[in-house]
Amino acid sequence: MADQQSAPHHPRDAVSEPALVRWLLILISAIFLALFLVVPLGTVVGRVVVAGWGSFVDTISESDTQSAIRLTLSVAALAVPFNLVFGIAAAWAIAKFEFKGKTFLTTLIDLPFSVSPVISGLVYVLLFGADTWLGPQLKAMGFPIIFAFPGIFLATVFVTFPFIARELIPLMQAQGTADEEAAISLGASGWQTFIRVTLPNIKWALLYGVLLCNARAMGEFGAVSVVSGHVRGKTETMPLHIEALYNDYSTDGAFAVASLLAALALVTLILRTLLEVKFGADVGNGRHK
Amino acid sequence: MDIRIDKIRKEFGDFPALHDVSLNIRSGELIALLGPSGSGKTTLLRLVAGLEYPSQGRILFGEEDASWKSVQERNVGFVFQHYALFKHMTVFDNVAFGLRVRGSKDRPPKAEIRRRVEELIDMVQLSGMESRYPGQLSGGQRQRVALARAMAIEPRVLLLDEPFGALDAKVRKDLRKWLREFHDRTGHTTLFVTHDQEEALELADRVVVMSQGKIEQVGSADDIYDRPQSAFVFSFVGDSAKLPVTVANGDVTFRGAPTGLRTSVGNGEKHIFFRPRDIALQDDGPAFEGRILSMRRLAGARIAEIDAGLGEGAERVEIELPLGVPAEQGSVIRFLPHRFAIF
Repeated sequence: MADQQSAPHHPRDAVSEPALVRWLLILISAIFLALFLVVPLGTVVGRVVVAGWGSFVDTISESDTQSAIRLTLSVAALAVPFNLVFGIAAAWAIAKFEFKGKTFLTTLIDLPFSVSPVISGLVYVLLFGADTWLGPQLKAMGFPIIFAFPGIFLATVFVTFPFIARELIPLMQAQGTADEEAAISLGASGWQTFIRVTLPNIKWALLYGVLLCNARAMGEFGAVSVVSGHVRGKTETMPLHIEALYNDYSTDGAFAVASLLAALALVTLILRTLLEVKFGADVGNGRHK
Repeated sequence: MDIRIDKIRKEFGDFPALHDVSLNIRSGELIALLGPSGSGKTTLLRLVAGLEYPSQGRILFGEEDASWKSVQERNVGFVFQHYALFKHMTVFDNVAFGLRVRGSKDRPPKAEIRRRVEELIDMVQLSGMESRYPGQLSGGQRQRVALARAMAIEPRVLLLDEPFGALDAKVRKDLRKWLREFHDRTGHTTLFVTHDQEEALELADRVVVMSQGKIEQVGSADDIYDRPQSAFVFSFVGDSAKLPVTVANGDVTFRGAPTGLRTSVGNGEKHIFFRPRDIALQDDGPAFEGRILSMRRLAGARIAEIDAGLGEGAERVEIELPLGVPAEQGSVIRFLPHRFAIF
């Protein structure tokens, strides 16, 4: 390029750093990741390997563990679709309409990111706990919230609802409403417009948001811990079960479940990476932070 | 389809975008809505489409009051400024969209849709590109896909928002000519919005000049250019020169000196408008006087920027000097417009 012709001794881009700086930055990142991610995760897997396949299978096939896996998967299976609907609705409202209190709504969506998960859980205890008016009423009607599945579900939804909305809002704002207007001017109904035009425009960001939301829904500890009551085989999710096993000095068991949970998260990560490789810029568009 | 716009008002919150706009459009006419940005021309177009609803007034399609009909019910073909093509659909699917979303009783059979879409793609000269995506097309091609897509629903009226706004100059000219031919062939009542006067004057049967939410003038290109009805139209369309004058009993005076011009405009402080080429140099007698500040050469003429105040508080205007006239920077010339308007 012209740059190289005029300054043959410095054949590099104006914005790139000297080789030393580049290597240093890469090295720092690599060491940091190794120390804080690979080593701990490796330890988890290592412990499982050392304890042996038999021990792993024993722990996983225990009825309490099975129940924890089932609970975690069913909470995620319910919370994610719930947040999918909410996320699309909120993103649609914020990106495509003008209304009073829009900024306030946007801030509210970020609330779970800024509030400690413990407080998120505590909110539901204060709303539906044994000392409240509502809690005992619902329990008497055979629908307990706290120390039961509904409470765990509510806490999980609360903690994970920003993920999908956050993913969609910047993308939908950038896209504007021209495509939708074109569709309705051609005679499409609102629903047809959504299915045929809006959804295809946001599908990758949506999928990415769903993956993030799912990863967090399965891994949430703090908020769920407050509302669950830690009843073994009943209200213990995988993260809670790991802690319980560990506190019982069943370290191998704890690591076995932990490795399984980590594997679930890894599947999510790998899916995400595959999406990014395949649809590069498209997926990256809607990323937050 | 005749369209009647009857005393339309439109406010966005407190901001009045259109005040009492009325306009009759005859079936088959090609109409340009011309104005600077913020003049309300796009709002008017969107009101006709049904993408906005009027705060007051009515819009009639033929005898039918369409004011409160939804976009879907109005059956209009709308071409958006940036085309708004569906990126994830091929050219064929884009054009077929309007037919495929119809209810099962109105939807033509598959073979019929295919036939009509291919016919439209052929009409906009894009045969062979049916399976391309919008991202693989040039600006002019996208524009034509948008037009074919709008035409597929057999609209009662065709509406185009800045149809050539996003194209480069060469493509603009070609497409302008092409659109005129397309209109003459299909005979659709067509409204298009533009801020480019050349485009409006060349293309439209009638031009609607708008400013600040009002219609300033409606007329043919000749009407608009040769007989402007307001100061805005005079200065917005074509080159113009403007000088402050005083009118007393029909006599026009400039800075206290009589100009010899007569007008039927009432007494008061007014402005005289004229085209830079509509002047004649005067040797003696009353005239406008001015010193030449600078000159520049155009292909067939010289344009002189002159200070018509002769120094005391500049009144700069541009006039066209015939090539044979001796004149240079600093020299004083005397001139009178032979065609002018006073507002």
